[in-house]
Amino acid sequence: MKKYSVFAIAREAMRGHKGWEEQWSSPEPKKEYDVIIVGAGGHGLATAYYLATVHGITNVAVLEKGWLGGGNTGRNTTIIRSNYLYDESAGIYDHALKLWDGLSQELNYNVMYSARGVMMLAHNVHDVQVLKRHVHANRLNGIDNEWLTPEQAKEFCPPLNTSKDARYPVVGAALQRRGGTARHDAVAWGYARGASARGVHIIQNCEVTGVKRAPNGAVMGVDTTRGFIGAKKVGVVAAGHSSVIMNMAGVRMPLESYPLQALVSEPVKPVVPCVVMSNTVHAYISQSDKGELVIGAGTDQYVSYSQTGGLHILQHTLDAICEMFPIFTRMKMLRSWGGIVDVTPDRSPILAKTPVPGLYVNCGWGTGGFKATPGSGHVFAHTIARDDPHPINAPFTIERFRTGRLIDEAAAAAVAH
Amino acid sequence: MLLIRCPYCEEERPELEFRNAGEAHIARSANMAGETDDDFEKFFFIRSNPKGIIYERWRHMHGCARFFNAVRDTVTDKFIMTYKAGEPKPSKLPGVGK
Repeated sequence: MKKYSVFAIAREAMRGHKGWEEQWSSPEPKKEYDVIIVGAGGHGLATAYYLATVHGITNVAVLEKGWLGGGNTGRNTTIIRSNYLYDESAGIYDHALKLWDGLSQELNYNVMYSARGVMMLAHNVHDVQVLKRHVHANRLNGIDNEWLTPEQAKEFCPPLNTSKDARYPVVGAALQRRGGTARHDAVAWGYARGASARGVHIIQNCEVTGVKRAPNGAVMGVDTTRGFIGAKKVGVVAAGHSSVIMNMAGVRMPLESYPLQALVSEPVKPVVPCVVMSNTVHAYISQSDKGELVIGAGTDQYVSYSQTGGLHILQHTLDAICEMFPIFTRMKMLRSWGGIVDVTPDRSPILAKTPVPGLYVNCGWGTGGFKATPGSGHVFAHTIARDDPHPINAPFTIERFRTGRLIDEAAAAAVAH
Repeated sequence: MLLIRCPYCEEERPELEFRNAGEAHIARSANMAGETDDDFEKFFFIRSNPKGIIYERWRHMHGCARFFNAVRDTVTDKFIMTYKAGEPKPSKLPGVGK
């Protein structure tokens, strides 16, 4: 792998840019690997990267039915934050946030992590109580989060409507300054490049159609559209399709898959300097470096794998955006799209061993998985390599739905991630 | 937005009048306190989440307010049929092969 640097740019400029190499190779699948990762999204590629760099396991294949980073990694709204209520969640999301800081240097790939601040608005007494509880819980866990008055919120985000005459007036806000955004595609590409350089095989257009198990129940490998590929360890990181893959191994999951939509506006000059979220009016917004307003909508109410959602969901979100930012009422929306998110009953992810020996699962990130990408990959690689969870992901088992030890962020994190 | 036929009102109405109420034909135990942890998990948390045909409950919230069941393809989001609550799970689906 040739290192990217200002000298490399200068050198290639002189040579007519003929020396750039492919960022990752596309090898033919081998008959057998030590580990197979199902799904080449951010979480799957990060898992492969950390298997190679931290645990020295490089005989790894990442299988992807479509193209790399083409699922929810390329469809999310790129928000990063770690201001979750419970200790377990704080542990895993802040682990990720610490890795975001420095990820570009580690990968030698600009993931454009921008700690521009995530501001969550309170519109009523209940919101104030909930967000202040978050602020205090976060600070006890060593996570930055601070309370802002409406005036301070306005100062932090000038286009925000803080008028007392608003239908849902802003009465305060919680601000996590380390929160922000990153370039989602670059995260997948950076991890893919780093993993590929260490010998990991990234195999695109290779859909898993079955999971083969030995007579003793252990995993033997997977059937794919490119034939059988053997492995004693298989990690399923298939987002909205996790329960489909797990069903192939005979494991029924506590998951339901829903369409989640997002949309972007026409590009404009910098106007929104941070991420603004409001769970009460149900909308969140940030501005990409290209200038588009990036707006996240809610999920549809029914199970679906269609990767499209209802128009009324987007309208509802835009109503809320126009309440928060009346100056955007005449903006034109450029594109909207949908992804399929796998949601657990307690809205916390599952990163764990499964009842099937050699089968591991990293799923259930629901509407907010992007922010966790580095941390998720890091602890999931540990889980696979050691056949034992990392202390950070130890609480995120499948068994918690039997024992009742839920990590109930459902109400705590509310709708928007 | 989906168009949903309420089997009680016998009309196709827009999705906004309805609330999805999750997977259908999950029987609640008559003796909930006697359920094992395994059975309670299956009843309460585990879902089939199929890519394809799903049997699900809907409630005509802003119409007759009654619960009913529907069969829908989760890939195309097209409804195959709806039927009244309490009716058995249809063994044959109109317009669907084996």
